[in-house]
Amino acid sequence: MWLAMILFGAFHGLNPGMGWLFALTLGLQQRSERVIWLSLLPIALGHAIAVIAVVLLVLAGLQFVPLATVQRFSALALLAFGFYKLFNYYRHPRWVGMKVGSGDLLLWSFLMASAHGAGLMLVPALLGGSDAAHAHHGAHALPEGAGMFLAVGLHTLTMLLVMGAVAWIVYRKLGLAVLRSSWINFDLIWAVALLIVGSLALWMSFAP
Amino acid sequence: MTRCLLAARGNRFLYSGFPTKSSVVQVREEIKPVALWKPDPSFYPSAKMAMQAPPERHAYVAALNPAGSNKPDAICVVDLDPDSATYCQVVNTLELPNIGDELHHFGWNACSSALCPYAPHPHLERRYLIVPGLRSSRIYVIDTKPDPRKPQIIKTLEPEEVMAKSGYSRPHTVHCGPDAIYISAMGSANGDEGPGGIFMLDHFSFNVIGPWELHRGDQELAYDFWWHLAQDVLISSEWAKPSQFENGLVPEDLLGNKYGHRIHFWDLRKRKLEQSIDIGAEHQMLLELRPSHDPRESYGFAGVVVSTEDLSASIWLWYRENDQWQMKKVITIPPVPAEEKDLPDLLKGFKAVPPLVSDIDLSLDDRFLYVACWGTGEMHQYDVSDPHNPQLTGKVEIGGVVNKKGHPKAEGPLLGAPQMVEISRDGRRVYFTNSLYSTWDDQFYPDKMTGWMVKVDVDPDGGISLDKDFFIDFGETRVHQVRLEGGDASTDSYCFSS
Repeated sequence: MWLAMILFGAFHGLNPGMGWLFALTLGLQQRSERVIWLSLLPIALGHAIAVIAVVLLVLAGLQFVPLATVQRFSALALLAFGFYKLFNYYRHPRWVGMKVGSGDLLLWSFLMASAHGAGLMLVPALLGGSDAAHAHHGAHALPEGAGMFLAVGLHTLTMLLVMGAVAWIVYRKLGLAVLRSSWINFDLIWAVALLIVGSLALWMSFAP
Repeated sequence: MTRCLLAARGNRFLYSGFPTKSSVVQVREEIKPVALWKPDPSFYPSAKMAMQAPPERHAYVAALNPAGSNKPDAICVVDLDPDSATYCQVVNTLELPNIGDELHHFGWNACSSALCPYAPHPHLERRYLIVPGLRSSRIYVIDTKPDPRKPQIIKTLEPEEVMAKSGYSRPHTVHCGPDAIYISAMGSANGDEGPGGIFMLDHFSFNVIGPWELHRGDQELAYDFWWHLAQDVLISSEWAKPSQFENGLVPEDLLGNKYGHRIHFWDLRKRKLEQSIDIGAEHQMLLELRPSHDPRESYGFAGVVVSTEDLSASIWLWYRENDQWQMKKVITIPPVPAEEKDLPDLLKGFKAVPPLVSDIDLSLDDRFLYVACWGTGEMHQYDVSDPHNPQLTGKVEIGGVVNKKGHPKAEGPLLGAPQMVEISRDGRRVYFTNSLYSTWDDQFYPDKMTGWMVKVDVDPDGGISLDKDFFIDFGETRVHQVRLEGGDASTDSYCFSS
């Protein structure tokens, strides 16, 4: 569970479309390195809120339906969404412009994360974790929720660190020309990842 | 050396002969974006980087056959590779399936703006030409791949569809935005009056999304538009209502100062008119807009065709001061006195040729501004490193209402004059054509103007000279906007400052 949270965080951090490039551009536009680092914070926060919203939904769901049902339901949702993204990976929500404040960045990041299913992607890992919690400690809603939030925090922290590192390397060392050679199709990878995680989650939910 | 002359004859043959193979129209129903693994190599983060791009190998040229010729318009492919056996020739002509579209301006489906971080679409492909018919309101989507020399129509938006979904008619300027394709339109749907405005096409399906403006204020006339993308600012200009140009320039309206003389500044994000500036009613037809390519700068140039006070043409600078947009005249080009007998009916009474600045273009480094004087037959180059104080650094003469100056590779005097200008990305080559608009051509050049395209070489330190070997004769077909393979100085917008 923890490894998955960290890996997905790192992936979001690497993707220029998820934040670091926006922060870097704002810094360049305003001729201020400080703006780069300050912009990353609302982006990370917006992302975290989007993920937490999904976590809350899952926790609420667990109050009413059995864990296995939630697992299967989220796995199917992932598969359906992955299938949709596979053919529409190039479409993104369109909302902001270039003159943005922290509030705009937060909302932008929230929208991007929600629209790309960032929270949904983490549900199988979170549920897997809570499954383990059930097995070892018995059902206990509060620590279970706390574990989930800790995981989300770790995920967001990883994303923030990777975003910051990439932005720093591009700003200080590589220059923007790197966009031409290294901006691979993260959207397509994401669509495939949704499908893989969805399939795994579905398989695991039926596994003994 | 003689290749171009041969080419010129070849073109005549092309036009009088049978339609070329590629003019057989193939319409594919669904357009599925090709999954690119890396960004399109013609996308550059900054204008400075784009200047390092390899030289263009092809130009696409809008060709129109005026009413009465009973021939459709076409997109011509011109070979610009000096090492090619067919250099400086029209290597293909894609004839359109309809007659009377009146091709004018056109543009690419995607460009460097796709790298902008607020709406990134880096894996779009610069591949399709979006070609509006200014008279018909039809829009063609033309695929330039896999063979850039054999473009094909893959989708046609019929006038009814364009008007019903966009609310506008007479589509004109096309710009590739980061989030959609933006197109300006001169008229409202189902009418010859205004308001004209801007509408959007979907990047992927090329369907009309709808009108762009949410709050248009009192803006009514339309023409060109462009933006300061990194500052959420869109700028639009004014030509006229369709009833004021489709059947020719209306002299009473011009003398009555009824053509456009305002410039509009919009909030690109809120799609709202923020500020309009009236530069004075005598400054008739405020047309081409060329914002600085550097996203940190907030200035640009606008061309005014003619002043009804003294027949001069002018270039205006927009810039930001005290949180407001300002307009300032930075270049004035005076008219040239002429004998009444040498002038077309429209100008006889004035005993002078107005310069008629019809197009301007700014190099990617924001250093040189090119100004086409369609009346006097001159192409000017100004150093605008200090945008407030342009310096004239070069000039070539060709055509002109009175001078009709020829070209070493063409026989006899030439009608028409420098009109639509296009600058290569590296800024070393400038191409231009001679036709303005079918009915207006006939008013200013009544002796049967023919179409031609020429090239100018640029000295990196300033100064221009006509390429004596480059002349393409299109015969009775007239030629308008030129688009260069991989982008040019009036296509791409950049969100990054080098």
